[in-house]
Amino acid sequence: MFGGIDIGSRSTEFVLQEGGFVVHRAQLPTTFSPLEQCKRLLEGHSPEYLVATGYGRELVKTLDLPYSVGAITEIKAHALGAHALFPEAQTVLDIGGQDTKAILLNSKGGVVRFEMNDRCAAGTGKFLEHTANVFQVDIENFGPYALLGNQPPLINSMCTVFAETEATSLMAQGVRPEDIALALHKSVVRRTGSMLKRVGLAFPLVFSGGVANNACIRKLLHEEFGGAESICIAEEPDMCGAFGASLWAEVCFNA
Amino acid sequence: MSDAAHTEMWEKLNLDISAHEGLLEVLGKFYGDIYLSQENRLNGMEYLDFVLSEVHGLRIKEIQDAKATGKKVIGTFCVFVPEELTLAANAIHVGLCSGADAGTDEAEKLVPRNTCALIKSFIGFKLARICPFTESCDLVVGETTCDGKKKAYEAFGKLVPMHVMEVPQTKTTDAKQLFKAEVLRYKEALEELTGVKITVENLRKSISVVNEKRKALQRLSRLRAADPAPISGRDALLINQVSFYDEPERFTQSINTLCDQIEERIAQGGGVVPAGTKRLLLSGCPMAVPNWKLPYVMESSNAVIVGEESCIGSRNVRDLVDDSADTIEGMLDALVDRYMKIDCACFTPNDERMVNVQNMVKDLNADGVVHYALSFCQPYAHEAIKLQDVLSQKGIPMLSVETGYSMEDVEQLKTRVEAFVEMLD
Ligand code: SF4
Ligand code: SF4
Repeated sequence: MFGGIDIGSRSTEFVLQEGGFVVHRAQLPTTFSPLEQCKRLLEGHSPEYLVATGYGRELVKTLDLPYSVGAITEIKAHALGAHALFPEAQTVLDIGGQDTKAILLNSKGGVVRFEMNDRCAAGTGKFLEHTANVFQVDIENFGPYALLGNQPPLINSMCTVFAETEATSLMAQGVRPEDIALALHKSVVRRTGSMLKRVGLAFPLVFSGGVANNACIRKLLHEEFGGAESICIAEEPDMCGAFGASLWAEVCFNA
Repeated sequence: MSDAAHTEMWEKLNLDISAHEGLLEVLGKFYGDIYLSQENRLNGMEYLDFVLSEVHGLRIKEIQDAKATGKKVIGTFCVFVPEELTLAANAIHVGLCSGADAGTDEAEKLVPRNTCALIKSFIGFKLARICPFTESCDLVVGETTCDGKKKAYEAFGKLVPMHVMEVPQTKTTDAKQLFKAEVLRYKEALEELTGVKITVENLRKSISVVNEKRKALQRLSRLRAADPAPISGRDALLINQVSFYDEPERFTQSINTLCDQIEERIAQGGGVVPAGTKRLLLSGCPMAVPNWKLPYVMESSNAVIVGEESCIGSRNVRDLVDDSADTIEGMLDALVDRYMKIDCACFTPNDERMVNVQNMVKDLNADGVVHYALSFCQPYAHEAIKLQDVLSQKGIPMLSVETGYSMEDVEQLKTRVEAFVEMLD
């Protein structure tokens, strides 16, 4: 059995698989003590090899574990995961809590090129989380809420803080909140769209990472780039990184 | 020399003692983390550790002693200022490092916020009174390479005695003529400042001193083609950085000694990293002391840096001055020829650089290129796009990084660089 653990800024996922067959998956919020959360996820499991990915990937090595531990970046992990789930995939879009990545794949699922957002949180899960606050809507319900909109005003700002200000002032002007919410989602898609073009977007595109659970972003992405045949979304898109890491664990073990 | 004596010297130089202490502390900690923690370092590096630990101490003492005998000190920011002339006029030539955030708030009163960190840093160092080199200068020589610098010198010139050289932006015959006129003007400024006439004899001597220094650095660069890499990129960068302010003949000698050691190591098949470690060429903006962030990130990502395509690196050492002339006129022409070969991004067009990067990749057996541009540096940001195109046509992978001196993006950089290194498999 081979393990992959993806320690992101918001949540941590754990996958156990062998030969591509997933036998266990679990998720916990990362919280302020990611190490504790890792321990909880790993408890009672003893993979032959564990590979960590995500922001906390170096952290796992500090745990005293009775099996070998390696680390790869989220970029490689998502590429591997996406390729295993959708072997035809040519591009991966991963929108996580703090980072957005666009990755161009070769036919074996290797990374040819990638782009990642700069320091700021524009166009990431954090952006949506932050702006959802303005509407006092839970992040899980923010997508469905935005889908109620139909006349989105233009939100110019990409900056999380300024976008919030813009949203507030639009509200003060009497614009329907659902429309503003939709506009905010649109600005995320606009931003990721240009990142995808920079790596040389080719289809099929795999959309992974936590934000892929957001129905509004999914719809907008389809509108922008075409239908279901060109954009693939995994059943549990937030598991893709951990799954990719576990696949790499198997590769390392057999090497 | 005791700490108290150092402090007394710094007080005389009118440094802000407590701010300066703060700088030394940060520098020391940085150095410990980034340099002294390395494994398999060469013995020869002890010399550099010493030079760096005494950079504000013994080296400044040496400079002050020389000043007491009437020698003048010239500070520069760019590899376009001919060191040969400075030395011929019996003056000391130092590169003023500007590799750390200091006095940024103050600097932003004189230059726009969207200015590269290097410019803000040299202004900040002056305003915060923390750089003993800056305070030791009898003349600071600027050059009109990029817009940011040339405008910044207008403000900076009010703070220090300043001479600005006009560096052309093209390489036409007329442009070379202009640069020659500027070299002559610099020569005259030097002669006036030092009272020393630049003659065939003293210029010939200094051309040879600087050529020897560059040859030693070239020798070091060539040795880095070996796999496993015999020396870390961080150490090599440090050597290039130190070449800007150490006494040149002593420096040349110690680098040649170090190269002897490296040759032995290569003969025994040794290295700083295991054979087969991914090899990266670092390319782009100059990295002044203590700007070691990106090199450190790169070498903590399962990779080793095998070359610096930079002004603190290849652009400063690649070409020698032809030493065959025996008239002042001929020697000045030889200087102009050599300096106009510099492939700075400030030139238009600047296609030589595209070729030079590819040659370095080939000569040093690099697996990929990491292009570094300081945030807000227009010339290098433009060339990053151009270089990416050129390299991708040749199948050479490149990662483009834009960053400043602050540490806030280290984790982000690490992910990018690591992912790039993974990609090279
Ligand atoms: S990059 Fe250009 S302007 Fe800057 S030091 Fe080098 S040659 Fe001078
Ligand atoms: S880094 Fe760029 S912007 Fe800054 S001084 Fe050098 S050329 Fe000018």
